[in-house]
Amino acid sequence: MDINVTYLALEILTSLLAVLVLLLGLLVPKEKRHALGYVLAAGLVVVLVLSFQYYGLNETVIFGTFTVDDFAVFFKQVFLIAAVLVILSSTMYVQKMNGNYEFYIITVVALLGMMVLVSAADMLTLYIALETMTISFYILAGYKTDQKSSEAGMKYLILGAVSSAVFLYGLSLVYGMTGTTVIAEIAGKVQDLSTLSPALVFGLLLVLAGLGFKISLVPFQMWTPDVYEGAPTPVTTFLATGSKAASFAIMARILLVALPDYSAHWQFLVAVLAASSMIIGNLVAIPQTNIKRMLAYSSIGQAGYIITGILALNVAGVTALSFYSLVYVLATIAAFVVVMTFSAQTGSDEIKDYAGLSQRSPFMAAVLTISMLSMAGIPPLAGFAGKLYLFKSIVAQGYLWLVILGLVMSMVSVYYYLLVAKVMYLSEPLDNTSIKVPPGAKFTLLLTMIALLVFGVYPQPISVLANLAGSALLP
Amino acid sequence: MNFPILTTILLLPLIGAIISIFVPKEKSNIIRGIAGLTTFISLILTIFIYYLYYTRYMLTGGYAFTESIPWVADLGVTYGLGVDGFSLPLVLLTNVIGFCAVYSRSWSEEKRAKEFYILLLILITGVMGTFLATDLFIFFLFYEVVVIPIYLMVIIWGSGSKTRTDIGKEYAGMKLTIYLLIGSAFLLAGLIWMYVLAGDMLGAPTFDLATLATLDFAPNLQIAIFGLMALGFLSLISMFPFHSWSPDGYAGAPTAVSMIHAGVLKKIGGYGLIRIGIFLFPLGAKFWAPVIAVLAIGNVVYTALISLAQKDMKYVVGYSSVSHMGFVLIGIASLSLIGLNGAVANMFAHGIMAALFFSIIGYIYGITRTRYIPDLGGLAHQMPRLAGTFLVAAMASAGLPGLLTFVPEFTIFIGAFDSPVTKIPAFIVLTGIVIGAVYVLRMAANVLFGPRKKEWDYVEDIKGFSLLPIAVLVAFAVIFGLFPSLLMDMVNSGIEPIAAKLLAAGFQIGGSL
Repeated sequence: MDINVTYLALEILTSLLAVLVLLLGLLVPKEKRHALGYVLAAGLVVVLVLSFQYYGLNETVIFGTFTVDDFAVFFKQVFLIAAVLVILSSTMYVQKMNGNYEFYIITVVALLGMMVLVSAADMLTLYIALETMTISFYILAGYKTDQKSSEAGMKYLILGAVSSAVFLYGLSLVYGMTGTTVIAEIAGKVQDLSTLSPALVFGLLLVLAGLGFKISLVPFQMWTPDVYEGAPTPVTTFLATGSKAASFAIMARILLVALPDYSAHWQFLVAVLAASSMIIGNLVAIPQTNIKRMLAYSSIGQAGYIITGILALNVAGVTALSFYSLVYVLATIAAFVVVMTFSAQTGSDEIKDYAGLSQRSPFMAAVLTISMLSMAGIPPLAGFAGKLYLFKSIVAQGYLWLVILGLVMSMVSVYYYLLVAKVMYLSEPLDNTSIKVPPGAKFTLLLTMIALLVFGVYPQPISVLANLAGSALLP
Repeated sequence: MNFPILTTILLLPLIGAIISIFVPKEKSNIIRGIAGLTTFISLILTIFIYYLYYTRYMLTGGYAFTESIPWVADLGVTYGLGVDGFSLPLVLLTNVIGFCAVYSRSWSEEKRAKEFYILLLILITGVMGTFLATDLFIFFLFYEVVVIPIYLMVIIWGSGSKTRTDIGKEYAGMKLTIYLLIGSAFLLAGLIWMYVLAGDMLGAPTFDLATLATLDFAPNLQIAIFGLMALGFLSLISMFPFHSWSPDGYAGAPTAVSMIHAGVLKKIGGYGLIRIGIFLFPLGAKFWAPVIAVLAIGNVVYTALISLAQKDMKYVVGYSSVSHMGFVLIGIASLSLIGLNGAVANMFAHGIMAALFFSIIGYIYGITRTRYIPDLGGLAHQMPRLAGTFLVAAMASAGLPGLLTFVPEFTIFIGAFDSPVTKIPAFIVLTGIVIGAVYVLRMAANVLFGPRKKEWDYVEDIKGFSLLPIAVLVAFAVIFGLFPSLLMDMVNSGIEPIAAKLLAAGFQIGGSL
């Protein structure tokens, strides 16, 4: 149990990067500060490349509070990719905000929270990291000074604080019954308990509710559409990708590492949460007229698919969860960056204003269509491979009903995705000005589109890494 | 290593699509040329391997020209292609219709021609891939690839109908898409279930069809999985009562899409049902066969009667194609070698015939701007060549000996009367042949014959490139009609292993099927 700094190097580098950019910003005139995003993104790419060194370590350091296993490394890479792409795409947004480049810094702090979160091997570390991430998002959600953004920030703050309290109370009950905060030790203590402990079940329930809020599972989803709509789109993008993926990861870690012996109690609950999220998310998305709200509901449905990976209780399930998390992050970023670019130039998030986008910007229309179809799981896109991994892992556990429900709901989701495609491809444009895509956003869109296509036809590269992640969590 | 001829055939249209992306959209003639050239080369190569298979491999049977590359290790996916006597006719059908679709008149593709041909080429690749795949993952990949291009093509280049003003092209496109996707959801659930079970039985996951076929699944699982898969395949082949997307969709779609959809895409349903459903789950097939046989009566008789009442040419052909699929389903439900042979051959025959019909109607609509039968009449005066081909299509639809539809239909009935399950349905379905002859001949009479109408004096007879697809399709209808063994022997060699599996399953449960 030594304090070896190299295990923490990724986090340390990331925070140094944030400080460096903060200081650099003071030397740069206001109108050029948005370009700092490129510096920051380049720095994060370096961290991302370095992170490949950390596969295969599987060590727990600093008195059992911080673990560097392949599962954590995989998810750190997911967050880094999300952060790089979001920062690259939001330079235009920062430029419009008169060079308020603190946006970048807070985003990196949120990223730091996520990175520590997936590495947390102790409940306290976990909670602190979770709050680092969430509090950064409270600030980010209200970053714009208009009423909608403030409302979103306030709403997220109040509901987020309640859910954090619930989560913490759940953790304290688990601690109370087991006498340890180290995640890996809880399972052993639970086995020592001779009888079923009601307090532990109650704690489990509260933990699930707290996480359900972060992941926006039905019935804890009510904040999602409002916050996604009100928050600045770059923030929404990062909230919908990074924050969610982090919550999937810790949900898997807590349930599968700490509480596998209570799986009889939480399996059914998780199945119900998944099923209700798939149904409500996808059905309520249909009547939405605002594209951000539509994507918010669709992301609720997506969360329902992803958590099914936990139900399998085996490596295949965690592999599938990790695989789909990355695919979900890529597709969601692609969709939101189109929304971001579109609204930056037209000032609208209404689906009807996307009329004729295929003529105004064929590239953006194609990327949006592809990303939505990937979310719906249409081959040959990566979403299909992801769903195949997920559903094959739970069929063996007797969840055929959930598989059928999930597949039918995916096809329902094609309906509202195609309604958007129809507006883009069929309707005549309201005005014929073409929409320019700034270079950072163009890079993001191109990269995510290629990734979704390539990993759909050839999922091998991600599946190998995801498999490492799965095997590390459940040795 | 052998030359990967199947990959070449498969990817040529896709390469055409990729090249077309870089051609400026004003040059629609060049794009059309690329589409025509790539599909033509694919067609020639397919005819070549058809000839090779017929002369060299047919007696021994089994897959030929196989290609196999390990693809996704942990899922057990291989990129596997191959053709046998069952899939090769359908690959040929795809390429014939694909080539003809490029040159058929889809009345409004002049608008946004570039996107049209790109989507069309993707569609052709997708359909072909399902027939070539020997790996179920690859099969399903292509199976769903086709849905989205079709949706876009119907809503952008489709047309509403005069007889059904409540059904626009957007409605038709969405209905078709949702029906097929919901069906495919059940199919995929069945596939995943089977895949997981097979992975447990074999110890290693695989999607390889030949390996899966060696397994014996428990009878109750066979029934459940066959049921799930059949829901997908049967809605694609438009079995009553899941057929209603089909006439609306065909009527709304542009000519090229109607041709491909009615001609080949629908046949993927029958292909999958036999190749995957019956081959892997013979006991499941036995359980469900009576249901299929009874519902097939609904296909043949009910939709034939509806077709009688239609006044829009595309609806007549649309309902007739649903009706013809009833014959195929009866053949499948008979679960005998002869019946299955007839079913597969009939899929090929109907494909050529339906594509011919839609191509001709596309031309008529393009030049007269109407498909409404009472508006037309006496067109034989102005368009003698077109009228001739129209009659060929009509006679083929009615099952006239000497044209390619006769022998397959005849074979189906021989097989069906021999099997206890389909004996009675087959008798009832015979009436469908009579009604089928009535609606199609009446349409021909009302469109082609009668007094000369002055308002159509301006129309030109079909010629040049427009004649090309129709001439090709007529040639196929006549050649395969005069030499049915070209088709029947081929199909027989492909169906034999499947029928053998059925027979073995029959013995296994101690009774004949």
